[in-house]
Order: sequence, then C-alpha cells, then structure tokens
Amino acid sequence: MPDLHLTPAEEALLAGSAGPGVQKAMQIVVALGRIYAAPDLTPITHAQISGVSYKNLGDAGVDFLNHWAAEGASVRVPTTLNPAGMELERWQEMGISPDFARPQLIAISAFRQMGVTPTMSCTPYLFPGIAPRRGDHLAWAESSAVVWANSVVGAYTNREGGPSALAAAIVGRTARYGYHLEANRLATHVVEIACPLRTIADFGALSYIVGKEVGDGVPYFPDLGAWLPPLPADLTTGGEAGDRLKTLGAGIAAYGAVALYHIAGVTPEARDLGERLIRGDARRLTIDSLAPAYAIMDANPETTQIDLVTIGCPHASLTELRRVAARLHGEKLATRLWVTTSQITRARAAQEGLIDLIQQAGGEVVADTCAVVAPVRQLGIKRMATNAGKMACYAPMHSGVEMRFGDLEQCLEAAITGQWRAPSLPPI
Amino acid sequence: MLSDPAGAAPPPARPPLRLQGRVIHAGQAEGVALVSAEAIGFLGGVHPETGVILDRNHPLHGQSIAGVILVFPHGKGSTVGSYTILRLQKAGAAPLAMINAASEAITAVGAIIAGIPMVDQIDITQIQTGDFVRIHNQTIEIYK
Repeated sequence: MPDLHLTPAEEALLAGSAGPGVQKAMQIVVALGRIYAAPDLTPITHAQISGVSYKNLGDAGVDFLNHWAAEGASVRVPTTLNPAGMELERWQEMGISPDFARPQLIAISAFRQMGVTPTMSCTPYLFPGIAPRRGDHLAWAESSAVVWANSVVGAYTNREGGPSALAAAIVGRTARYGYHLEANRLATHVVEIACPLRTIADFGALSYIVGKEVGDGVPYFPDLGAWLPPLPADLTTGGEAGDRLKTLGAGIAAYGAVALYHIAGVTPEARDLGERLIRGDARRLTIDSLAPAYAIMDANPETTQIDLVTIGCPHASLTELRRVAARLHGEKLATRLWVTTSQITRARAAQEGLIDLIQQAGGEVVADTCAVVAPVRQLGIKRMATNAGKMACYAPMHSGVEMRFGDLEQCLEAAITGQWRAPSLPPI
Repeated sequence: MLSDPAGAAPPPARPPLRLQGRVIHAGQAEGVALVSAEAIGFLGGVHPETGVILDRNHPLHGQSIAGVILVFPHGKGSTVGSYTILRLQKAGAAPLAMINAASEAITAVGAIIAGIPMVDQIDITQIQTGDFVRIHNQTIEIYK
C-alpha cells in the first residue's frame, strides 16, 4: 500500500512551520489519512464543526478549544458551527443557568478566535452563500448534514468528528478516502418502498427502519421519488421535498451510520448514472410497513399531556416555518412550542412575518440550539412531542424525557390543545 | 511520558519481544499492559474522570484504564469519544499509551489531542495483560 503523499507545503505544516496549533491539526489530518490509506490530501471548500454544546464538550473540551486557539490555530476555509446548548443572545429568557451559559459562551468565543463563523446550526446547506455545490470536497461533522451534502447536493464528505473537522478547517484540507472517492459512493443496498409515505414523520419512521437495516452502507431507492414533490429550484428554502429528505437523512445517519443515499431520478448522481450506481453484490430489501418504527419512536403511548412540542430537527427550513405559521395563525397555544432553527433562517422567515405569527400564538422560534443539545431537563421538561425522526429517539436518550412522535399537524394540535390525540390516519 | 506506576514489574533480564507498528501519535512510555480482546467505546463506555470501564457488556467492565499501556483492537461508538480520551488525560486517568490492531478516527484523534503515545498495526495477540511494555515511537518491546 503506497504511503500518504504530502506536498512540501503540507510536510512543512506537519513539521511545525506554522506553529503548534496548525501542526496539531495537520497531525490529525495525516493520522486519519494513514489509517484509512488515503493517497493524498484534498483541498476542502467548507468545514462544519460538531462538538459545540457545552453539554457535549465538558470543561476538558472547552479548555482544549481555548488552548488550540491560543496556539494560533485559525481556519483557512469558510467554517460553520453546529448548534450550541442555548440561544446565545437569549439564554436567560430560556431559563439556562449561568453555570452552563458561561463555559458555553467561552467555547463559542474560542471558535470565533479561530475564525469560525458562529452559525450554531446543523443545516449549513440551507444558508445562501454557504450551501455547498456539486463536486465540492467538504469536511463536515454533523451527520445529518453529511447525508444531505453527499446525497442531495452531490458534494463529497466523510462523517468527520468534531476535532477532525476543525483540524481539516485549520489546514484547509482533508485526507482523500471514503466518500471522497467515487468507488465508495456505489450503492450497497437497494431499498424498495411498498407502503405510503405521506408526511415528514413517515420519512422519519422510514429512516429508522432503513438505518437499522443498512448500517454504514449506501442505500439506493428506486421508487422513493414517487413520494416526493419536485425539489425546489432554491434548495436553501427546504421545500416540501427538502423537508422530507432532511428528516430522512438525519434519521438514517443516526439510526444507522449512513453518509450517502441515492434516489432514482431525484439525487444528482442517480440522475446521471441511474442503476449503474448499484454494486453487483447489493442487498435488496422492501419496506412494506412503518408501524414497527412508530411503535419504537412513539415511545410513550400512555403520555397525553405534553410539556414541550418541538419542531425543527434538523433545524427548521423556511418552508417548515411557513407551514407552522399558517397553522398557528389566530390560535393560542396551551403548551410550550419550540420551533428550532438557525438565526439565518429565522431572519429570512421574519421578513415574511412568520416569526410574529408564531409568537402571537405563544410559540417560540428558538435559534442556535435544539431540544437534543439544550439542557431541557433543567428547564423542567419531562414530556415532549415532535415530528422529527432523529429527535424522537435522541431526546429520550440524551435528556431522559418521555416522547410522542407523529405528524406536524398532530404536533401543532398538541401545542394548541396541550393534549396528544390519536392521528387521523394511523401508521401503515 | 516515562512513568513507573505502582505495581509495575521491572523488566527482567530476558530479551524482549520486539514489534514494529505504525505511529499514530509519537512518543515514549512504559508500563504494564491491560489487554482487551474487544473494541472499546469511550463515550459512555469509560468513566471520563476515573478511567473505569462502565460498559457492562465489556470483558474489562469495572477495571480502570488509568496508568496502563492499553491494548485493544480499535475504538467504537460516538466520535465524541475523542473528547472522552482528552477528559481522561486532564483528570490524570488516561492510559500511558495505547496500542491498537487497526485504529480508527475516534481513538486516533483522541490520542493526538490528549498527547498520548499511540501505535497501531500491531498483532495484539502477542501481548498479555500484566506484560511490561515499552513504547518508543513505532517500536514496542514486550517483557513477559
């Protein structure tokens, strides 16, 4: 096996020519390149950093970021951040304690010092001017965003960890292995759909089943496109199709370790190559019911009183905010509602008056964070409801809450009445 | 990183078994080996302040990885596990060095950010718990 090839400039960084912070970053990138037998490093156009919430970083992580910044490390490519544990400007209003807020703000300031753009969102692909383009090489560490970039956009990224994505940003390159190579982008599974997919929640339920079946493989969906409206011309709005794919990608990345899927006639590589993307030894499976997924994800069927309804995992798109605002227009909520999104998308929605409509009903449009990474138990929340497939299992696991999982309409109905009611259409 | 934890046997006169691996993070260390035949998940699987293995299904459950030469096939689980290795090091509960059969991103990045010497591509079946092991970059000496 040939050794990792480094250019003289890369060798110099590894030897410490740009200081210890950059040297450490190059050590990480090179170590991964050697472990995964990369032929060389590839320049990246963008990095997305995970490990931002103090809940995940702990004091050691915060110290580490400060130390790296103090060693003079700074990013060489546009770099954005995952959600934090609170809305940075409104943590007091959210009821976050200063003991959590202080180290959280220190971590964000270390990132800023390194030149990172503090977007605090899992959806960098919804940001005009930041969203990647087909063929871009990226170092993204948010698994749901990785799936979108590879699948919906046709960019190239591995599932980076928080420190490795930051290291890649600091040296402006990542090791060329895994999903950076065409040969690894072929489908290992063909997944046919034999049940209706009516809602975003249905795509979340599908993601659970496919994630568990496929593991870290690459699924090819020959007929899923039948359940998708056309993708919007501007993907950064989300759109009805984008919102379904956003939840699908988040779920298959969380319940499996999927980084890439193909949908015949929809995703760019499948549009170009069709069934040539399917490996000869691909496994074939058919999904004929979502009921087993709903049985697990709608984990507490005895729970009818809801403390918090949460929409926006991954962070809500402009289209989702439009749907929520339309439903809540003129209503008064009986329970707490968080629509979690980015500051960027919230600002776009505010221009359309959507934020006012949601707030007039008593809902909160929360930026920078979500109900997985925020310390929700400290906020007195024990019973949650969501339409987001990834949130359905992550919030009980990370925050020990009870969970109801269903369609957006059902969730908003629960926010309005304070009661979870049986769906008008039971899962098939 | 040279250290002589309590209970470490001095190397006997017999010549050591010498193996060559691949450096993940360069450095020197010596101490007593703790060998796991199974992969280790750091996030949730190891207590970040004591080094005790918390995973009930792990063969080393209840044992501490603090102050040993930790030998295992590779890491597993969440990539946040790299930060767990860093937390161990800050708490003084990290292994002195790590030896893997075939490393992966979580352990390798953890070793680098925590500054723990690490080597992989080693036939770890050659090492038993209790062996005295000396690491110098890619070279490993095993004293039975």
